[in-house]
Formats: sequence, structure tokens, C-alpha cells
Amino acid sequence: MTLNEIINPANLVYSKTKVMNDTPMHYCPGCSHGVVHKLIAEVIEEMNVQEKTIGIAPVGCAVFAYKYLDIDWQQAAHGRAPALATAVIRLLPDRLVFTYQGDGDLAAIGTAETIHAANRGENIAIIFINNGIYGMTGGQMAPTTLEGMKTSTSPNGRKIELNGNPLNMTDLLARLPGTCYVTRQSVHNVANVRKTKKAIRLAFENALAHKGTSVVEVVSTCNSGWKMTPADANTWMVDNMFPEYPLGDIKNL
Amino acid sequence: MAKIKGAVVIDEEHCKGCNLCVVACPSNVLALNKEANSKGYNYSYMDNPDECVGCAACAYVCPDACITVYKVRV
Amino acid sequence: MEEVRLMKGNEAIAHAAIRCGCDGYFGYPITPQSEIMETLMELEPWNSTGMVVLQAESETSSINMVYGAAGCGKRAMTSSSSPGVSLMQEGISYIAGAELPCVIVNVMRGGPGLGTIQPSQADYFQAVKGGGHGDYHMIVLAPNSVQEMADHLCLAFDLAFKYLTPAMILADGVIGQMMEKVVLPPFRPRLTEKEISEKYPWATLGKPQTRNPNIINSLRLESDEMEELNLLLQKRYAQIEQNEVLYETFLCEDAEYLIVAFGTSSRVSKKAVELARAEGIKVGLLRPITLFPFPKIPISQLANQVKGMLTVEMNAGQMIEDVRLAVNGRVSVEFFGRMGGIVPSPDDVLDALKTKIVN
Repeated sequence: MTLNEIINPANLVYSKTKVMNDTPMHYCPGCSHGVVHKLIAEVIEEMNVQEKTIGIAPVGCAVFAYKYLDIDWQQAAHGRAPALATAVIRLLPDRLVFTYQGDGDLAAIGTAETIHAANRGENIAIIFINNGIYGMTGGQMAPTTLEGMKTSTSPNGRKIELNGNPLNMTDLLARLPGTCYVTRQSVHNVANVRKTKKAIRLAFENALAHKGTSVVEVVSTCNSGWKMTPADANTWMVDNMFPEYPLGDIKNL
Repeated sequence: MAKIKGAVVIDEEHCKGCNLCVVACPSNVLALNKEANSKGYNYSYMDNPDECVGCAACAYVCPDACITVYKVRV
Repeated sequence: MEEVRLMKGNEAIAHAAIRCGCDGYFGYPITPQSEIMETLMELEPWNSTGMVVLQAESETSSINMVYGAAGCGKRAMTSSSSPGVSLMQEGISYIAGAELPCVIVNVMRGGPGLGTIQPSQADYFQAVKGGGHGDYHMIVLAPNSVQEMADHLCLAFDLAFKYLTPAMILADGVIGQMMEKVVLPPFRPRLTEKEISEKYPWATLGKPQTRNPNIINSLRLESDEMEELNLLLQKRYAQIEQNEVLYETFLCEDAEYLIVAFGTSSRVSKKAVELARAEGIKVGLLRPITLFPFPKIPISQLANQVKGMLTVEMNAGQMIEDVRLAVNGRVSVEFFGRMGGIVPSPDDVLDALKTKIVN
């Protein structure tokens, strides 16, 4: 059988979801953002909710998320996405509203907005990309940067006595009565990509069912910021990030 | 016993040559091309097409959604 | 027959919000305006009109909730007082940049810093010159009565949606706290989602197959696109200056001197004009009702008539700069004001008029 015989619409098993458009993504080669964008788009298509989804984009590398998924978007000020999402879901309670936030957005400047939205139990899904570094501004230290991890603002490694401890926001959010589903996932291999997709789907279903706030942390790589190849970054993440940010469901009511 | 034959089509212009699909492929089908696309990336291609079983592992991990996968039982 | 009611300015804002079809109020308590949210919570409009009222965790969050609601084409508002409005400046800049309509009420108190809870007009610069970063303006209305608190809220929403820009009601602690009679505006129904999608096709209500995604955004990474947005905004501000100037005059026809004052200062100044007239001093009062757009033309015209002008403000002299720009050196423009939450008396104003202008 020739390649041309195999490459036939009848034999199609995987193709890009229609919810993603053809705009080339601005992310660095190998960036986890692209995979998570794709999973969100696939879930939106599979749930048939493109017409009722409103995404809230952050400030950070994912600031341009609105360019790639063909849904309505609002682009928030840095850290304020959960405040926007709160108003949108309160005024349009039958919509699917999600925020997409990085670790600077969610765990630093938007800590208050994130905690209070989750504590109110807003019926939204929060997708949290945690790569332990500020990608967009060029690799500065994040609240989630690991102890000893080198960044451009911790060039000799994060020191607890100087910079404080890595902030585990997802564990904090799981303690709030307003959250119904809090999970930590990754997208570094096929099995985990599938698990993350399931998690996003459950988070979106919870939001539509008005069960409260769902949080899906995706422990991610920033190979440019970490100064590694994408494959090495995945290995480094498994060895170093996962012990601090272990994968799995933290809360699922 | 039926054998599974697969094939992938890579959007060469969207591929950034990150190599994650090459690492993810369980059958060592993919490699990065010596040729670069218009953006200068050494895009992924089927170096070993006979081994492809259409498992779509490459497509799942592709950050740029540029892999389409086909599979047929022969 | 119109129903006349007695209430505080802050309460009038709350009643007017429900009546003018407001979809959402998001706020954080601060003196001297907390009665706005308290009244809304008491009235429970979610049971009548469906209006959402939410106490946020901060003014930062409040203004960003307003952004989110406004992005859906909803009539959204917040209220605060000076320190809280400072905290909102980031969000207001984003709202201006994203071309979103909304209403912000600032019941001013004395500053800087935590300042005082007593009334002040010290946020004039912040309100009319931008406040946050970037080249933008808000429409700024300056009520001087409880009736205008109610009326201006509806007007502010109409103007905000007409020009896709934030509009501010710049009141002060006196107007917010004093009780006066008021005729509340008639009920206007909230817009349905269908009406919103027809009137405001940019609103993010969810993307039907029939249109491209709507994106609410102030980011323009390319310089030419950023300049293009700025040119559009400036064009709108020019239209606002052309079309929407509001002011009131009192005894200006034969005036040899002019007082310019807004809000609470204008009430004090009106009494001072009466006292001066009783002494034979021909003085008139011009009260800007819109602070942006500023009534440059009527002030400029009066500069050809009067011998001198006095601005009366509860600050260190802020609006005087705009009056002087309008007058452009043709007559002397002097300032009288009190700070720190002190409201000047009509006699103080009369004395200032005599010593600074008439002599």
C-alpha cells in the first residue's frame, strides 16, 4: 500500500480541530502553550460549545491566545482575568467562561483576583500554565520558580532567604470551598496529553453545570527560558518540577 | 492477522522543528529534515514511513497542531 | 404625577442605576460613597430587573469586572472615592484602550494618600487629564445636586455607549452625603441579549457561525496599529468636545466679573454671587457640568466681556489651568480654594472675589 493510498480522508485518525485557525502561533518551538491551546480547542469542538464560549486571555506569553482559537475573547490586564470572567459568567450565566493564565498572571500579580474568584465559587474554569519562569519578559523569576533555579532575576539560583518560597497556588485553591475540581497535569507525553484533555473537559463541564470553580494547572516547560532543548526541558520538568508540583487530582467533588 | 499501516502529513510551513514529535514517535518514523522551511526551521518529516502505525503520538504532543494522521488496516 | 422623594446623592445614584437599565454594579466599600452599594444590596435589583450587584475584593477587581461586563455589551458601573479610584486607574486605561463603555462614580474625598473622608475636588486632574497611562480621556460629569446625581447616571451611560468610552461622574462627599428632593428617572428596561448583539456587534456574547470571533483588547504590538487606535480615540474625543459640552450660567448677561466653579463649589459660589450682587458687584457664575469636554468656548466668549475671573475649587487650583487655557491671557484668572476637606463659605468666596479680582 502506497503512502498516497493511506493518506485518504477515509483513513483520517487525527487532524487539527476546526476551533483552531491557521494563524501561526508565536510561541517558541516546543512550547507547552501550543499543546494546551490545542486541547482547549479540541474540547470546545467535542462539547459543541464554540458558540457559547468566552475565553479570557492573560498578560504573559499567552496574551495572544485570542489569535488562535476561533471563539469570543476578552484580553485582560495582567492578573485580572478572573475578575473579567466573574462579570461575564454573572451576566451570561449559560455561557462557558474560562481564563487562561500563566504563573506570573495567576500566582503573582493576580493572586487576589484568582483566590477570590475561586473562593466565590464562580462557575468558571481556570487553566493555569506553570512553567516556573516569566517567558514573555525574558526569563525572570516567577513565584513558582523552584529553589535554586536560575532565572535572569535569580542568576545564581532562587534563594529562599532572599526570594521566599515557591508558591503552590493550586494546593491553596483546592482548600477553598468554592472550588469543585482542582487538578495538576502536564503535556510532556501522549499519556499526559490525554489526561490533561480529560481534565480540561471535566473543568468545562463543571463550569457549565454551575458546580463552582475548576482549576487545571498544567506543569509546563519554557525551554527558551530554561535554556534547554524542548525534549531536555521535558526531562528536566519531570525530574525537578514534578517533585515540587506533583501531578494528579487534588480535589474532585 | 491484520497489519496496521499509518502515515502522517506534516504542515511543513507551520512546523518549528521542536523535535518533540520525533521523540514521541514509538516507531522511530520521524526525523528533522536537513532542509529548512521559509522561517528557517528544520521541519519534521517521515524518515522511515514504512514503520508508521498511525498511533498519532506525534500529533498529540505537537505544540503547533501541524500533524495530520491517517491509519488503515491492511 | 412625578413622585418627589428625599434621599442622599449616593442613594439617588443607586436608584437611578436600577431605573436606567444598568446590568451590573461591581464595587468595594469606601467612605463617603458606601451608601451606593448598600442601597443596591437593600433594593435587590436582581429580583426585579435582573441587575447583578457584586461586592468585589478590591477596586482593582471591581473595575476589571466592569471591563468584563462592558466587553459583553452590558451596562456596567462601579463607584468609589478618591483612593479607590486611584486603584482603578489601570483598569480605566484598559477600558479606554479597549473602547468599552462604562460608568465610574467618584465621590471625591481629600488626599493625597489616605487623606480624609471629608469632601474634596482634588481629583480633577486625575479625572479630566486621563489618570491612567496612555493618551485617553473620559467623559466627566460634575453634578451639583442630588437630582443631577440621578440624572447624570443615565446621561453618563448614554454618552459612554455613544462614544464607546468610560464616563465618570465626579461628585464629592457633600453631593454624595447630602439629602435633597429628587425626581427619579423613569424605568428603562435592560437590553436583551438579542438587542445587545444587534446594537453592539463587537460584544463578546459567544461566537455564532455567522461571524468572526469578537476580541476585546487594547493590545496593539505594531506601532502603526497602535497609532491608528490612538488617532481613532482622538477623533472621538474631538467629536465629544464638539457635541457634548454642558454648562450652566447664572447672572452672566451683564457680568463684569466671572466665577467659574463646579460641583459643591458652584453651590457656594452661587450664593457668593448673590451676596456680591447685593453689594452692587456685577458678577456672574459659569458652572461647567461636563469637565471633559470642558466648556472652553463659553468661557472664552466671556473673557471678551468680563474684567477678571475667579475659579473656586476645593483643591489647590486644578480647573484654573483649563480656564486659563480658554481665556488665553486676555483677562486675569485667579484662584480661591480650600483643601483637606474644607468647604469654603460664600463669605470666603466673596472676600476672595473682592481682594483678588474686583480691586
